[in-house]
Amino acid sequence: MEKFKKIKTIVTPLDQVNVDTDQIVPKQFLKLIQKSGFGKYLFFNWRYDENENQKKDFILNDKKYQNSKILVTGENFGCGSSREHAVWALQDYGFSVIIAPSFADIFFSNCFKNGILPIKLEEKNVEKLKHESGELEVDLENQILKTNSEQISFDIDSHKKKILLEGLDDISQTLQFEDKISEFEKQSKIPSVL
Amino acid sequence: MGKTLFEKIWDSHIVVEKENIPSLIYIDRHLVHEVTSPQAFDGLRMNNRAVRRPDLTIATMDHNVPTNDRSLPILDQTSAIQIQTLEKNCKDFGIKLFDMTSPNQGIVHVIGPQLGITLPGSTIVCGDSHTSTHGAFGALAFGIGTSDVEHVLASQTIWLEKPKSFEIKVDGKRKNPHAVTAKDIVLSIIKNIGTAGGTGTVVEYSGEGITDLSMEQRMTICNMSIEAGARAGLVSPDEKTFDYLRNRQYTPKNYENLVEYWKEHLKTDPDAKFDKTFTLHIDNIAPQVSWGTNPGMTCDVTESIPSPEDYSKNDQNQKKAAAKALEYMDLKQGTPITEINIDRVFIGSCTNARLEDLVEASKVIKGQKVSEKVRAMVVPGSQMVKKQAEEMGIDKIFTNANFEWREAGCSMCLGMNPDILSPGERCASTSNRNFEGRQGTGGRTHLVSPVMAAAAAIEGHFVDVRNLDLN
Repeated sequence: MEKFKKIKTIVTPLDQVNVDTDQIVPKQFLKLIQKSGFGKYLFFNWRYDENENQKKDFILNDKKYQNSKILVTGENFGCGSSREHAVWALQDYGFSVIIAPSFADIFFSNCFKNGILPIKLEEKNVEKLKHESGELEVDLENQILKTNSEQISFDIDSHKKKILLEGLDDISQTLQFEDKISEFEKQSKIPSVL
Repeated sequence: MGKTLFEKIWDSHIVVEKENIPSLIYIDRHLVHEVTSPQAFDGLRMNNRAVRRPDLTIATMDHNVPTNDRSLPILDQTSAIQIQTLEKNCKDFGIKLFDMTSPNQGIVHVIGPQLGITLPGSTIVCGDSHTSTHGAFGALAFGIGTSDVEHVLASQTIWLEKPKSFEIKVDGKRKNPHAVTAKDIVLSIIKNIGTAGGTGTVVEYSGEGITDLSMEQRMTICNMSIEAGARAGLVSPDEKTFDYLRNRQYTPKNYENLVEYWKEHLKTDPDAKFDKTFTLHIDNIAPQVSWGTNPGMTCDVTESIPSPEDYSKNDQNQKKAAAKALEYMDLKQGTPITEINIDRVFIGSCTNARLEDLVEASKVIKGQKVSEKVRAMVVPGSQMVKKQAEEMGIDKIFTNANFEWREAGCSMCLGMNPDILSPGERCASTSNRNFEGRQGTGGRTHLVSPVMAAAAAIEGHFVDVRNLDLN
């Protein structure tokens, strides 16, 4: 995984609560067997009409936000299905930071496996950022969001921060505990299936 | 202080526990399906890794599979490739697969319990959010993303921050348990606590309203925990649990010894404290019908479509969401639920496609015909459910009423196979999610119980099934 670096772009405000993973990437695109190329399907049913023309009133279709890497949105973002395709789509499209008052659990966990930083902020700060017209700097190292006029600090679990900053691969870390896993297996009461 | 059931299962599965980092938790059962696994197997290949415990890993194909004649080829090439990919991956990595032709094939959350793979006190994961279903057996079961699927395949473990505990007590007795079902209980819970009410928690369902339920009904409740935001929901195992799992195809040989152990260990201590609690009284609850685009947007069958103001209780964001939902659903505030006409009926999904669901629904339609305006289908949750229902003659009741009787799979719960709604079609569905476009782009979903769906199929609109003779 790539290391997470400082980011400075304008924000894309998606003013909706409970955005579910079915909207982030609709099911017809879950049949692919690789991880790449999901960006074109991001928010597909909101971005395109039935003839696959861009819908004018959807925020991602506004050219102004073309180079934005920061999505600011409402509470309970990423609820519903566990599909990691939702995170792959956001990432492939170009987003590396998602700011919301709250996230659904599985989506939140999936973000960190793919180098995306989900930031939980108080509702009033999220509202403020939704209306921020200038660039926003996201500094994970110092846990600070900077606009032209102010700085907002954010919380993140130190372990998760380390994973993003160092771009760590979970599995190779885990396999260092091979002896502990084997030890656990010896005393486990749950028998194998077969 | 005592421990909750969840804490006991958690504690007994810790492999590594250190301060300031998540815990490494051992996984006893890993269920795999075609949609969320191909990239995980690819990851293993790229890093030259094996599956650590193929003997704890079981695969089937459910999300994509067509539900028509199994001898026909799969017309959708991308679906066919995904299914072939799972076959190849299982072969390459030595994993037991119940394929399209297997009598054990079915929705992963239906076959796990049915085959005795799901066990009390165990940890179970699957790349599917409805893995919470298995919690009905007192297992800690939750959905994971594809990166974690790869992680579990490689290490049989997962890094997890300990969730909070949430007790949802269901008190009282339903007056008409044939008409007011487990689905109505869980929709009522979600309606009350909201779709993020359980975020960050593992729910333990307790109380007379839960212990009264059969295992299949408890599965319906636990299945929808994720719709309230809770990654897992569980019920303390009892005699019903142990009876259900006895003598299944994969029930462990030392089962009775395990039962003795479980009886002693798998209960929340009387002095245990939950981080959060909620109580639902069910004496007077009505059949539920969802009207919006998330499962929390639900009301009694006797009510009318609420106004965004009434629904949102002055929360501006929720008000906007409700207005958007009504527009998408093409519904007007004040319309009685029983005056909503439907085009389609879907009885199926990991929420409500078990034998009992089909038996209950069949009682509603016996000797009647589906409304001419409605196309109705039944998709059994597994090939085994299908066979059992056919042995009881249930299939004939459905087909005589003009329901389509199909092969097992996830089908129109998420519409990855050809079973989808056309734009604008309105469906009474026994599934778990009414998100925009979930059952087909532009399709409109109303979540209901199997008996409510069956009655709607006959009448062409929603009816209060408490007024029918269901005994």
